Amino acid sequence: MALDNKRIRERLVEKFGAEITEWSEPYGLLTFVCPKDINLKVLQFLYDDQELGFTFLTDLCGVHYPDRTGSEISVVYHLHNLKDNIRIRFKIYTPSAKPDVFSASALYEAANWMERETYDFFGVNFIGHPNLKRILNIEEMEFFPLRKEFPLEDQKRTDKDDEMFGRG
Amino acid sequence: MSEHVNLPEESLEKLTTTINLGPTHPATHGVFQNIVELDGETVVSAEQTVGYIHRAFEKIAEHRPMYQITPLTDRLNYCSSPINNMGWHITCEKLLGVKTPKRVDYLRIIIMELARISDHLICNSIVGVDSGAFSGFLYVMQYRELIYEIYEEICGSRLTTNMGRIGGFERNFTNQAFEKLEKFIKEWPGVLKEFENLFVRNRIFMDRTIGVGPISAERALNYGFTGPNLRAAGVDYDVRYHTPYSSYQDFNFTIPVGSTGDCYDRFLVREGEMWQSLELIKQAYQKVQEFKGAEAEVFHADIPEYYLPDKKDVYTSMEALIYHFKIIMGETKMPSGEVYSSVEGANGELGFYLISDGSRAPYRLHFRRPCFIYYQAYSELTKGGLLSDAIITMSSLNLIAGELDA
Repeated sequence: MALDNKRIRERLVEKFGAEITEWSEPYGLLTFVCPKDINLKVLQFLYDDQELGFTFLTDLCGVHYPDRTGSEISVVYHLHNLKDNIRIRFKIYTPSAKPDVFSASALYEAANWMERETYDFFGVNFIGHPNLKRILNIEEMEFFPLRKEFPLEDQKRTDKDDEMFGRG
Repeated sequence: MSEHVNLPEESLEKLTTTINLGPTHPATHGVFQNIVELDGETVVSAEQTVGYIHRAFEKIAEHRPMYQITPLTDRLNYCSSPINNMGWHITCEKLLGVKTPKRVDYLRIIIMELARISDHLICNSIVGVDSGAFSGFLYVMQYRELIYEIYEEICGSRLTTNMGRIGGFERNFTNQAFEKLEKFIKEWPGVLKEFENLFVRNRIFMDRTIGVGPISAERALNYGFTGPNLRAAGVDYDVRYHTPYSSYQDFNFTIPVGSTGDCYDRFLVREGEMWQSLELIKQAYQKVQEFKGAEAEVFHADIPEYYLPDKKDVYTSMEALIYHFKIIMGETKMPSGEVYSSVEGANGELGFYLISDGSRAPYRLHFRRPCFIYYQAYSELTKGGLLSDAIITMSSLNLIAGELDA
């Protein structure tokens, strides 16, 4: 029997019960939310289970929702089962005051740089990451640029001499 | 040998040499830095530093309406910009729920496969250059030029193409474009065959690439490899086949795979893919020619809210003027939703993760850039090999700095 969204959901509910919440299927992609302290357990289960076999980490990225007080930062995993060719997405939420999340880099080598990128832009502290430092930005940077509180430069600002760049 | 690596910097016992390969070394073909630890000529470890041309596209994208994000995608993998452009348009269409006409899909396939050929061509000929064979590189550039001329006929630019619109193309293909395409279809097989003759059974090239930078299928999957690099390791995963977009399901093509995942297999997989791309272009061109009557003139979907109207309609029709104004000023709202869509880029699965909250710009846009993910494996691929092999491995991975750093 080919794996489908319904079966994946059954297997996960069997294993984790009510801990996994907010089930949805936007554009056919099974999406759910799990508490951040069991993210590795869920990943390991999805990886090890004979039937599920989500052994390919497609993508890992952060999202910042400043309005969700207490769970401002989200880390989103996209996993792929290459054998049955089915994808899932799952999210965890963490407060931006203490953004500690367990690292998946021991399970997927691919997660190493993706987590560094997420740290670099959102400041998510991946516990257990072998080399958690900035990757695309300079190391001296003191803020996490993709958080919503950092706006782009105002195009109309006048306090800067920019004549050489066409904004004199 | 590895016990000497962690000695203090000035230590007399340190027997290894540290060299900086890059960031502006001519052999790296882009802005990469590698801090390589050498024991004689053998690589003990390599540490990559990336981010030299980081331009914060994900941040910029959060402030731009959809059509202004297309030029950002050009600058990801700039060797095959049209694939990125269309990948972005396909993502938007998925979010908007737009169904594109078949003719648009086929025209897109022609362009995407041309882009794939031009990308693989660069990569394979650069592998040749790094192993000491320069003539292949110069010879095939003439045909990359022809591909760029086809782009030019269609969208007016060559490298950073900004091609197409949400829903289709900005204008129909001209006759000159089709003539050039016919010329390409006619002449390209001979050129590719000659290029292959230069390399595939060339003793020097084989000695330089076989067994260099190998990776097993399990490690490649664990490292998140996609595209030709994964297929060279023996995994037949191709987005075009597994999650068809733009009507790839209507075509017959095979997925070339390798077995050892070394530089030679990567070279051969890319060669095989170029032949497959040619087949796809031929099939798509034939399908395009089969359209008759009004269907043969279709080059975009009928979605006036998102597709920029023709300029002459803007001057004569009220609706077109309103839509033109709304689109140009970026006042067209996106529906809210969350979508992941991916295309088979020239070097792997290029994914777009788009979250929209119903405003004019994405709430969050994340690019899954294949080379950012597989470049992590570089240290493992080169460990224990020679320095000159590390250079070939780098070019055969098809690293594009623009995509790596986004």
